[in-house]
Amino acid sequence: MARINLNHIRHAYGAKPKSENDYALKEVHHEWNDGGAYALLGPSGCGKTTLLNIISGLINPSEGEILFDGKDVTHLSTQERNIAQVFQFPVIYDTMTVYDNLAFPLRNRHVPEAEVDRRVKETIEMIGLGGWAKKTARGLTADQKQKISLGRGLVRNDVSAILFDEPLTVIDPEMKWVLRSQIKRLHKQFGFTMVYVTHDQTEALTFADKVVVMYDGQIVQIGTPAELFERPRHTFVGYFIGSPGMNVLPVKLDGNTATVGGEHVGLNFLPKVKAGAKTELGIRPEFVSLGREGMPVAITKVEDIGRHKIVRARFADQPISIIVDEDGEIPADPRVTFDPKAINIYADSWRVGEEA
Amino acid sequence: MEKTWNNKAWFMVLPVLVLVAFSAVIPLMTVVNYSVQDTFGNNEFFWAGTDWYVQVLTSDRFWDALTRNLIFSAIILAIEIPLGIIIALNMPKKGLGVPVCLVLMALPLLIPWNVVGTIWQVFGRVDIGLLGRTLEAIGINYNYVQNPVAAWVTLIVMDVWHWTSLVVLLCYAGLVSIPDAYYQAAKIDGASRWSVFRYIQLPKMKRVLLIAFLLRFMDSFMIYTEPFVVTGGGPGNSTTFLSIDLVKTAIGQFDLGPAAALSIIYFLIILLLSWIFYTVMTTSDAQG
Repeated sequence: MARINLNHIRHAYGAKPKSENDYALKEVHHEWNDGGAYALLGPSGCGKTTLLNIISGLINPSEGEILFDGKDVTHLSTQERNIAQVFQFPVIYDTMTVYDNLAFPLRNRHVPEAEVDRRVKETIEMIGLGGWAKKTARGLTADQKQKISLGRGLVRNDVSAILFDEPLTVIDPEMKWVLRSQIKRLHKQFGFTMVYVTHDQTEALTFADKVVVMYDGQIVQIGTPAELFERPRHTFVGYFIGSPGMNVLPVKLDGNTATVGGEHVGLNFLPKVKAGAKTELGIRPEFVSLGREGMPVAITKVEDIGRHKIVRARFADQPISIIVDEDGEIPADPRVTFDPKAINIYADSWRVGEEA
Repeated sequence: MEKTWNNKAWFMVLPVLVLVAFSAVIPLMTVVNYSVQDTFGNNEFFWAGTDWYVQVLTSDRFWDALTRNLIFSAIILAIEIPLGIIIALNMPKKGLGVPVCLVLMALPLLIPWNVVGTIWQVFGRVDIGLLGRTLEAIGINYNYVQNPVAAWVTLIVMDVWHWTSLVVLLCYAGLVSIPDAYYQAAKIDGASRWSVFRYIQLPKMKRVLLIAFLLRFMDSFMIYTEPFVVTGGGPGNSTTFLSIDLVKTAIGQFDLGPAAALSIIYFLIILLLSWIFYTVMTTSDAQG
């Protein structure tokens, strides 16, 4: 297992990047802890797979260096970096048995056969394919195949990190849950450094200790699930995480009052905003309360999704979502209030702190 | 899935059955008819039973031709299949090279058999052919009209030139269907170039290889046009394959009975061998 340092990494697929926009991956400079579980979360084309492939060594970054436990591995091959990777579509050697599939990476490294046997048997138990050793890999289900892909990483007990590239894409919904908790359990039990790429927020939030949210080639926030929920650093994080996403309303700021349309919202801090910036107020639907007091809204639609209702409404001529309890009533003359603690202020899409 | 039986579905295959009946079954039955009768012309036929079959099967001429066919097909397969795989493995996977290579590869396949024969016949001629003159000039005894080895080499080289492309194109189709992730995973697992071929590329090409193998076997076993154009079955009988022998018997000598019997035997041999190859290869596939 290894600590991973990404030192000023940038990557462009074109030969000569001229402007910042030519970079598929904009500057990344971070340290990831040994034994951590990280999820790279973002929409398609945000650069998350590029970053993963840079870590695994399938791509050489245009700029910057990458260190494993302080050792520069930028120019080492995937094999020399000792990385394991699980791909979107299960990769198995279908002419081999389950046993031989797992033994393959060890035999390629000329591990003595007795040691191969011991480790393969151990790994087969770990991934829960106990009775399947002698079966041909071809006839297995997608989730079993994906377990074998994972197993081929686990069997090499000295791997620096295990990387997952949207590993649950082709897995049936009910098996997704099982497989995800199994990966999580393996992480807890053996402390592998794991990096998990996904565009599914549920997967990212349940899997990772730290979620790395990427947008348009850059990392916009690295945080625990709670941090991402409560204090999104960028309006994108607000939109992308949460269901429905954060309400973002364009506001005018005046001291600690935000004005949207004709409505005034009081803030419990004095935001530090540069003059001329585009200012917005972010509030999650969970922290908007609907009742008889507060600011008027016009309800357009109510979606009952079982545990609670999502109310879509227009507030000061802006669309807004509100989460109401399953048995919460919707008044005839609806009004809303915002929980002041849950309000975030954004200037040019980035969250701003308090005036010193 | 639950299967439903509906006998009306047979009507769906009726048009095909009618077509096959007219194009294959009826002509075949005519041949069967000829093969058990004798005629002295005048449209008078006499029952001959299995006489013609016995005559064919006990003649050296038949066994010699059959042996030539088997050797020819074996050599063709032994060269074209590995060569086709090697070329396919080395073809570019993306970029401008792909269409260029594909067109170049497809070119020989577009040339009709007799034209291929004529091209090589001229190419190999010792008096005016580029190849023949050159070989002669560097002191190699090459004359496909007189030297049986030269005749065989010419036919084999010609067939390889004409048909390896087919194997290449089929294998290439199998290869490009392999997702990149397989190669990346193999890299991560530390697989050697040979392991990548053995455990990723070959299994993915297995199905198309089976088709390539069967097509090349059947075609090469039925070879007629090229030897007919280039060597006419000679020198001596050295390139007289079953098909050439058959035409000589039927059209040259007008022995309709023996020719018909030979056709039936020829047909059954191809059917039997193809079935054996198919069964062997698909069962080994199932065992994996």
